[in-house]
Amino acid sequence: MKDVISSPKLHDCRDAFVSVLERLGAENPKIVAVCNDSVGSSKLGGFKSKWPERLVNVGIAEQNMVGVGAGLANGGLLPFVCGAACFLTGRSLEQIKADIAYSNANVKLIGISSGMAYGELGPTHHSIEDFAWTRVLPNLPVVAPCDSIETAAAVEWAASYDGPVFLRLSRVGVPDLLPAGHKFELGKANLLRDGDAITLIANGTVTHRMMKAAALLAEQGIEARVLNMATVRPIDVDAVVAAARETGAILTAEEHSTFGGLGSAIAEVVVAEAPVPMKILGVPGIFAPTGSAEFLLDEFGMSPAAIAEAAIALIARTSSRIS
Amino acid sequence: MQPNDLDRIARQIRLRDLQAVFEAGAGHIGGEMSAIDILTALYFRVLRIWPDQPRNPDRDRFVLSKGHVALALYVTLAKRGFIPEDEVATFLKPHSRLNGHPNCNKVPGVETNTGPLGHGLPVAVGMAKAAKLTGAKYHTYVMTGDGEMQEGSNWEAIASAAQFGLDNLTLIIDHNRFQQGASLKDTNNLAPFPAKLSAFGWDVTEINGNAMDEIVPALEKRGNRPHCIVAHTNKGHGISFMQDTVDWHHKVPNADQYKIAVAELSETL
Repeated sequence: MKDVISSPKLHDCRDAFVSVLERLGAENPKIVAVCNDSVGSSKLGGFKSKWPERLVNVGIAEQNMVGVGAGLANGGLLPFVCGAACFLTGRSLEQIKADIAYSNANVKLIGISSGMAYGELGPTHHSIEDFAWTRVLPNLPVVAPCDSIETAAAVEWAASYDGPVFLRLSRVGVPDLLPAGHKFELGKANLLRDGDAITLIANGTVTHRMMKAAALLAEQGIEARVLNMATVRPIDVDAVVAAARETGAILTAEEHSTFGGLGSAIAEVVVAEAPVPMKILGVPGIFAPTGSAEFLLDEFGMSPAAIAEAAIALIARTSSRIS
Repeated sequence: MQPNDLDRIARQIRLRDLQAVFEAGAGHIGGEMSAIDILTALYFRVLRIWPDQPRNPDRDRFVLSKGHVALALYVTLAKRGFIPEDEVATFLKPHSRLNGHPNCNKVPGVETNTGPLGHGLPVAVGMAKAAKLTGAKYHTYVMTGDGEMQEGSNWEAIASAAQFGLDNLTLIIDHNRFQQGASLKDTNNLAPFPAKLSAFGWDVTEINGNAMDEIVPALEKRGNRPHCIVAHTNKGHGISFMQDTVDWHHKVPNADQYKIAVAELSETL
């Protein structure tokens, strides 16, 4: 485990994505990138300069982009369909349902700048509904890596996985949390810190905030377990049940609406398998105001200090329930 | 296979389709009858396909974007040997793989799942583009309904097909002039189609889509741009009282009507 507080070097996970994509692209000529004019924002410039013919840019036409991705896969290619997560999922949700998930097309959907990465641009450009929209679709794993190492590992895994994938990436800088050489396993959470007072679960850009909150809690003698849960579907049932049974309370946080996302997926398991008090942090079912992603995460109670406070309150609620 | 033989097969497919609609008590018979001549020409003459190897990478692709006429495709696939002929009797039955819209993971010969309109053409553009990238020689065909062309996603795909220079793609618009509730003209009239497709950079051929001697050469035509066949068809073609009426979009014949329709289709077999 790295010390995220004293090693503040931040990484844009898009760099890890394209670095692996270009490495795999050199080995496998079937890999193609598909985009909606988003060559720059998806950082596909390097891929384009190496293999201009293998960058399929359909222009600003997301429904067509996803359908074309399905057709390219039918023709034997391995398409990585890249676009801002808000448009990729929102604009083409029915294409994702029918052409990709239901048809079980071997297409990798790469949602760039997810969550509130485009915070200042307003709610049209926030992608805080995408977990909810995608995780109800059969056949479609939903994955939000927490750092550049997990991003690289998840891209490598996605390329070898025979079936559709939705990979939700950010552009907001995050510190590396997982060890170099980490292998991504679908549906497996990573234990980043052990403890028995409460479990903090997050993914994407929020995991490192959970680690900082856990450090604050430790200063007060509270040992929190921290799980990084990149896979929203299929959810890691074993890790959630163990967290509930062994720590008695679960606090989740995500760069997403509190409706239908990671916290909801965990709550579905908790309610059915091991009921314990829970709290879900995120955007509370509203359109977020203007501000940077970091500002908005703080605004919605996901600063390390606010997470630590929420954890203490939840532990108190759990204790009062027991007594 | 020659036009006369194809006509005979088309009539057999029509009759089996009619029977299945009558037995299942559902179906989209009007649009099935308008499309069956083209489906017959594709599956019995034009497409390079191998029913025992439905995933052969060299196969020509056909995408039925107007997925609600799935039954016509099932009957055609059965007649061509992709699925057992007696399986058509399971259409719409519980757990049948022949549901109201085709499923590529269950029914051999189906390339992609359709049902919501405006999906097949973008996927077909991807198939044709893949062949350009890999050097594969297959040709991609896609059939849409004329009402379906009201979906904006089709026009995204039409623009990109021209941009990509997809001379290995043929779009067939089944122009039967009716959609679910009214005529195209009284709803959102995109006709005439040819000038619109030409303006987007496509070659366009207009044919009588219920005449084999016009269908076959149009499907076999090759050029250096994507090709659109505007197939003027009759909704309910082949059954006198169904022809060119909006009522028969998804109506089911009663016993008397069924008898008349069977007699009409059997006459020429």
